[in-house]
This record gives sequence, structure tokens and C-alpha cells, in this order.
Amino acid sequence: MKEKRQRLEAESIEIFREVAASFARPVMMYSIGKDSSVLLHLARKAFYPSSIPFPLLHIDTTWKFSQMIGFRNRMAEEYGFELRVHTNADGVAQGINPFDHGSAYTDIMKTQALRQALSSGGYDAAIGGARRDEEKSRAKDRIFSHRNAHHAWDPKNQRPELWRLFNTRLAPGESMRVYPLSNWTELDIWTYIYVEDIPIVPLYFARPRPVVERSGTLIMVDDDRFRLDKGETPTEQVVRFRTLGCYPLTGAIRSNAATLAEIIMEIQGSRTSEREGRLIDGDQAGSMEKKKQEGYF
Amino acid sequence: MSSATAPAPCADTDIDLWLARQTGKSLLRFLTCGSVDDGKSTLIGRLLYDSQMILDDQLASLKKDSRNRHVGEEGIDFSLLVDGLVAEREQGITIDVAYRFFSTDRRKFIVADTPGHEQYTRNMATGASNADVALLLVDARKGLLTQTRRHSFILSLFGVKHVALVVNKIDLMDYSQEVFARIEAEYRAFVTELGFASLAAVPISALRGDNIVAKSERTPWYTGSPLLSYLEDIAVDEDRTQTPFRFPVQWVNRPNLDFRGFSGTVASGTVRVGDEILVSSSRKPAAIARIVTMDGDLPEAAAEQAVTLVLDREIDISRGDVLTHSGQTPEFSNQFQAELVWMADEPAYPGRSYLLKIGSQVVPATITDLKHRTNVNTLKKAAAKRLELNEVGTVTIATDRPIAFDPYNTNRLTGGFILIDRIHNLTLGAGTIAYGLQRARNLSYQSFDVNREVRAGMKGQTPQIVWFTGLSGSGKSTVANLLEKRLTAEGKHAYILDGDNVRHGLNKDLGFTDAARVENIRRVAEVARLMADAGLIVIVSFISPFANERRIAREIAANIRFLEAYVDTPLEVCEARDPKGLYAKARAGQITNFTGVDSPFEVPQDPDITLRGAVASSEEMADIIYERVVRTDQAK
Repeated sequence: MKEKRQRLEAESIEIFREVAASFARPVMMYSIGKDSSVLLHLARKAFYPSSIPFPLLHIDTTWKFSQMIGFRNRMAEEYGFELRVHTNADGVAQGINPFDHGSAYTDIMKTQALRQALSSGGYDAAIGGARRDEEKSRAKDRIFSHRNAHHAWDPKNQRPELWRLFNTRLAPGESMRVYPLSNWTELDIWTYIYVEDIPIVPLYFARPRPVVERSGTLIMVDDDRFRLDKGETPTEQVVRFRTLGCYPLTGAIRSNAATLAEIIMEIQGSRTSEREGRLIDGDQAGSMEKKKQEGYF
Repeated sequence: MSSATAPAPCADTDIDLWLARQTGKSLLRFLTCGSVDDGKSTLIGRLLYDSQMILDDQLASLKKDSRNRHVGEEGIDFSLLVDGLVAEREQGITIDVAYRFFSTDRRKFIVADTPGHEQYTRNMATGASNADVALLLVDARKGLLTQTRRHSFILSLFGVKHVALVVNKIDLMDYSQEVFARIEAEYRAFVTELGFASLAAVPISALRGDNIVAKSERTPWYTGSPLLSYLEDIAVDEDRTQTPFRFPVQWVNRPNLDFRGFSGTVASGTVRVGDEILVSSSRKPAAIARIVTMDGDLPEAAAEQAVTLVLDREIDISRGDVLTHSGQTPEFSNQFQAELVWMADEPAYPGRSYLLKIGSQVVPATITDLKHRTNVNTLKKAAAKRLELNEVGTVTIATDRPIAFDPYNTNRLTGGFILIDRIHNLTLGAGTIAYGLQRARNLSYQSFDVNREVRAGMKGQTPQIVWFTGLSGSGKSTVANLLEKRLTAEGKHAYILDGDNVRHGLNKDLGFTDAARVENIRRVAEVARLMADAGLIVIVSFISPFANERRIAREIAANIRFLEAYVDTPLEVCEARDPKGLYAKARAGQITNFTGVDSPFEVPQDPDITLRGAVASSEEMADIIYERVVRTDQAK
């Protein structure tokens, strides 16, 4: 029982159960990526033979890979969890899109959408799949991360977490973000997916896909909303994704890793980090921290 | 950008071999601690760098960020790897604990990088609560500091058994053996009382990489291991599967009428199907019928496994109960002695009520006695009336109902607790239980035949407590006086407990500090309860400025009727009246800690009755409150 994978699994299950026992209206964020898939698997384990005692919430920016949406609906059907989907209707009405609006797009379609969904749902705890190894300010976050009535995170004033004792008490209007995968690394996630045979979106596996290369980033042309620059023609290349998000903002990597075993061998030998392909993280030092203070996950 | 590592198609044997190697690795949790600027973050950055854990894109941005900073030969400020908050980078200090992961061929590590700054000692304690090993850093130029001693003491308090004294920046002392030997000797002398199981000392330069991964040629006199080998080799083997079985029930699993299981994580020990178990609170026995997981039923479950237990019979069990083997039960008591680390700006006061969380149990609790505070420099114990931020004290704690626990030195998970503020919900302190208090088990309430109902019946009234709160000069005592007169005229038996009068007698040993006020109110609340128990209508006229203490008074009253009457008179009005001339004295600085002037009054959020002292006359207010007292009486 000393083996790290089993310890991580047990710790995550314990966190899930603590949420179910301590909050009136929890919700689990479901972003359809590999971490979400592991999160879903762990939630099913935590409450078995009961079904997951809270709904899953997907913030749909309307710019996700189409395969992701199909996968999401299949999972909901297969596992019978309650799926709620929220899109920032104001943002859609204003025509906010990743091509024209840059970081405003992320703010409006992700952060603001999330805040809308959490407030209107009256959720007092939102479970997410963030990991401490993703980013430096993530490494500073608690497992139970307190948010004030405006969904803001105050990194200088966090509740200490000793042993496995989580202070889950909230004043009216406040909420908690909960991260059961805090202590997992990217490699832990892949290994667990392999060992437990967890279904994931096929975009993670290398296949020939239509891509264009823009300032060093490979973007997949997922539908006809993609605006090609003058002289750009998508070409078929064997690529895969290390993380998934909105397709115009997610860089693919050249890879031949077409099976889980190959992915693991590739990752463990890789010399670049997972979020390298995420365009929203790189703006400036501390940008993730800033987004979190504004309510981003 | 792309990494372009095109792997050759791999055979299944590759991945199986790799997995087998990973599975064989043990996991070590350690923390780094010590004073500000001794290089903790730099050390962790260096460990990550030298164990090839920093990826190319991270390294590139690190080199960019390192310009104009204090860097070593590699051109990298390693501290930037872990100090991830903007404020941390601005101030060049670590504010909050960060968790980092790395692995070598032999072990996986989770390291808690904890702050050295005294203001954030609580975060260091947080790191210590989950660690097997501590790297305690000392700056070779400065030697042992207050924080070195404070952190060592906290390490011992939280049961970290293995400590490595890491003497950093030895390069700045010309790799001097004398300097290292002197610091090591001084530290060994200091920690003799702290009872660590092992103590190593390593001279390093985190900036230049000496004795981190490999032994440095610049310290030929050093005969020990480099730091990384120490971390890979140290045996911590705390085998919690061999200690008595403890299973705190976290969640009752009830998908349908045919299944009732108890979900939780085995805190210690091992449990098997068929084992006889005992419920801590009810002492009821049952046997384990099934150990359920989604991957199938198990024949046994050991420490750290998250499972769902099904019992062979229906007994009442809920979240907070602890399941154990009979004959190996934990202590079950409502009083215990503990070491308490205080983590909040607001001090800890004996007598104040908090929420205590231990395992999955949450109960109201009071610090009944602060035996002493420990001076972290000298480890000497001294008398104290309260605990300030980052102070450590020995306390006795009473809980509202008995809880199951073990002494911390026998079980970390069932012996460690946190205290939570009841109003703001902040985590205020963390404690480790020393032992249960025997007298709690022997002390029970004497039960007499003549009870409150009988005494009240003789008087034809409902015993109750009318608790007036409000600023000095708000009119509390005047209204209380009128109320008692009216009640007496109606043949009711009442009595006034007045703040000034009680301070002349029962509470004449108490001053006006926050701590003394807490105790003042506690005693009066107890007296009011006794008097109400005797059948009286008790009128309490006390400023009682803190919401917490008014809440305690209500709790002490328990099932006795309790009316909180807030005499809401604005400070300007009270000050203009100034019947005793106290405001004038306070403004002149002749009295300190005066409510409304230099000590706060916390306005009641939800009083049973609010009297507008600036608008209504004393008679009108007395009428209002009289109606409520009598109406309650008749309602009964």
C-alpha cells in the first residue's frame, strides 16, 4: 500500500467523500480532458455502489473540439451522471471568439461563464481537476481552496491544511474549489489511465489531422469557422494533443504515439512541459495567479 | 516549439518494464524549513534541476526571469522555480507552502517548500504535519537563529522523526570545516530534548551545487552523503498497518434500501472480513460482512486504503464515528491535554468556544486551561493568559460531547486536530493530543430528585435568563432595574447580575484585557445558569462586547430560556450621558481597553430583542421586555 499510485487514488477518493459529506450543493467541473476523465473515474469509485451524488458541469465555450462534445455526451449516457452544460449567452450574442478577442475571449467565455454557472447554480463547492505540477501558482493552492462571495482567491490568506483535516466551513455566498488531483503529476495521470483502462478523447492519440502552423504552434482546423490567413492551407500531419481546450488555442505536437503505452514512453522522455501548447498561460509571469484571483479555476 | 521526440513504436514489454520500475519506488514526503533567506527555495530548485526535472521550456523562461538576480554558474535563480506568487517574486520571500514533485531512479518525492518568515510559521507547521523527513536549513554565515529553534520545536511537536541540518552557503565561508562543525555541535546540543530519531548534518551550497547530488571536492573533510543520497536512503518505515485499527466513518453510503455501507479511509491498522468491530461512541459491536470497492470486494483493507465497510447487522453509525477492534479501542473522552500551535492574528483565549475537527468528527470545544506557553528559543515554559500568533502552548480542551482519539505520538491521524472560528470559519490553530484527562471520565453530573421544573413550579414562573448587552451608558442597568421591579410586583422572583457588582466580588481578580473579559462572561454565564436552575428569572446586565462570549453564555444556558436583549444606543448618546464619567476618563487616556473607545463592541447580528435606547424611554423599554418575559412564561 506504499505504492504511490494507490496512495494518490485513496487520497482523491477521500477528498471526494469529504465534499459529499460537507457541502449542501457540490458540483464537479467536467472539461472532458484526460484529467477530467481520471476525476470522473475516481468519483465513481468514491461513491460506489451509489452513483455520483452531485451533477457534472461543463463550461462550453462553443469552441471545443467537436470530438470532445461527442465524447462528453457518450460518457454521460454510459455512466448515467447528471450533466449540466453552461455557455455564456451574452458572450455568444456579442460574437466573442478566440480569433478577434484574445485574452478577453478567455475571460468572457471561460472565467465569466464559470462564475455565472456557479452563482446561478448556487453551488457551494466546485470540484476541479487542477494539479499542482501544472503551474507555479497551482503549486501554492490548497486542496480545499476558499473563495469569497465574488469567487476570488486570496493567495496570501489561505487556510492551513494539516494532516488530512480540511476546514470546509463557509459563510453564506462563499464557496470552495476542491482539487482531488492536487498531488498527481502528468505522468501519474497517464499511468493511471493506462492501468485502469479509462476512456479518453481520441485526440490524445497521434493520427493524421489537418493543421496549420502559426508562429511555431500547430493548430488543428476542426471546423469551417477557422479563419485561414492568406496563403495558409491546412496540411495533414500526424499529431496529437497533450492537453485539450478550445481548438483554436490548443497547440498540437508532432508525435507518433498512437497508443497509451507509447504516450507514456513519450511523456516520460519529454523535455517540454504540458502547458507549453496552451496559449493562454504564457502572456506574462503570474498570469495564472491573476486569472485565479478573478475566479478562473 | 514542438518537442519532436518521435518515439520508436514501443513493444508492450517496454511499458511493462517501466511500470514495474515505477511501482517499485517508495514515496518520501519531506519539507524544507529554516529562516528567511537561508536558501530553501534555491535548494529545491537545485534538486529539481540536478535531478533533470526542469523541462526545456521551463528552463528557458527561468533563465529569462533570472536576469538581474543572484545567480550561480548556470545563470539561473533557482528560487524562481518555486516562488510562484507575484508577491513572492516582488518581495523575494516565500509566503505560502508549495508542493513540488520529483523522482529519481530510486524514489519519488513530494516536497513541501515552507516559508521561513516568522509571520507564516503556520504554513511551516502545515508542511510538518504530513512530512516524514525535514531538511532544516541554516545559513553558514549566521548560524542558528530563532527560526531554526522555533522550527525544530514544531518539527518535534508534529512528530517529524528524521531531521537533516543543512548548512547552506558554505561557499561563502570558504568551505570551512570549523564553521560547519561549530554549527553542527551547537545544534546537536539544542535538540537533545526534542527526541528526533535521527539527525544528520550536511554542508552545501545550493547556489553552486556542492554536496547536493554528488559529493563536492571543495569539502574534502565532509565524510557523509550528499543530500540527494540522504533523501534516497533514509528509512522512515512508519508502518501504519501494524498499529491498532482505526476507521473514521466519512460518509454513509446508501444507494438503496438493500445496501448500507460506511465509506472512509483506514487511518491505521488492518481489517478483515469477519472481524468483530466496535463503534467508538455507542460501544456497540458488529462484524465486518463485506469490504466493498468498485474493483470488487476485498478480503482485507489496510492503512491508507479508501473502502466501504458493510456490517453484519443494523446499528446506528454516522459520520464522525470511529470503528475499531474491541480490546484496542481509542480513548473516548470530552477532555484532553494537548499542545496547541496558534495560527491566527486573534489570540487564543481560555473560555472561548471553537469548533474542533478531528478525523471526521466536528464538535464545539473550549480551551479550559492554558497551562503554559513554551518559549521556542529556550524551550522554557512560562505562565500565560493567552496564545498569540505562532505561539505554542500546553492546554486542556473540553468538547461538548465525548470524542474518540489517540495520543498523537501513537497515531498522527487520530491524534491531530484543528480549531475553527465559529463566526468567521477560519482555521485558528492546530493541536496534537497528549492524553485524555482521567477526571473527565470520573466526573459526572449529580442528579437530584428536586429539579428545575419542581423549583420553578413552586414559584409559578418559567426560569429564564434575560441577557442585556450594550455600550456603557446605553441604559441596560436602568431597564434591568425597572424590569425587576415590575416582575417582583407581579409576584415573580427575579435577580439582577450587574457587571459592576459582580466585579466587586466573584470576579474581582479579573482585569479588562480581552482574555479577562472572556473569563468574566464565562463565570457570569455559569452563575446565571445555576440561578435559573434554582428557579429564578435572572437578569444579566453586562456590556458583553464580543459575539463569541454572548454565544457561549447562550450555550452554557443550554435548554434554559435565554433572551438576548440588545440596548441599541449610539455611542455619541452614551458618551453624552456618561453617567459614571468613564468615557471622559477613557478619552483622557486614564482608562484603557474601554469598549467603544479603544476596544470594539461587536453589535449583535440576531438578538432576540432590540431596544432603541436613544428613541424609547426607559419605561417603554422595560414594558417591551416585560411583555416578552411574561409572554414566554405564559407560552410555556
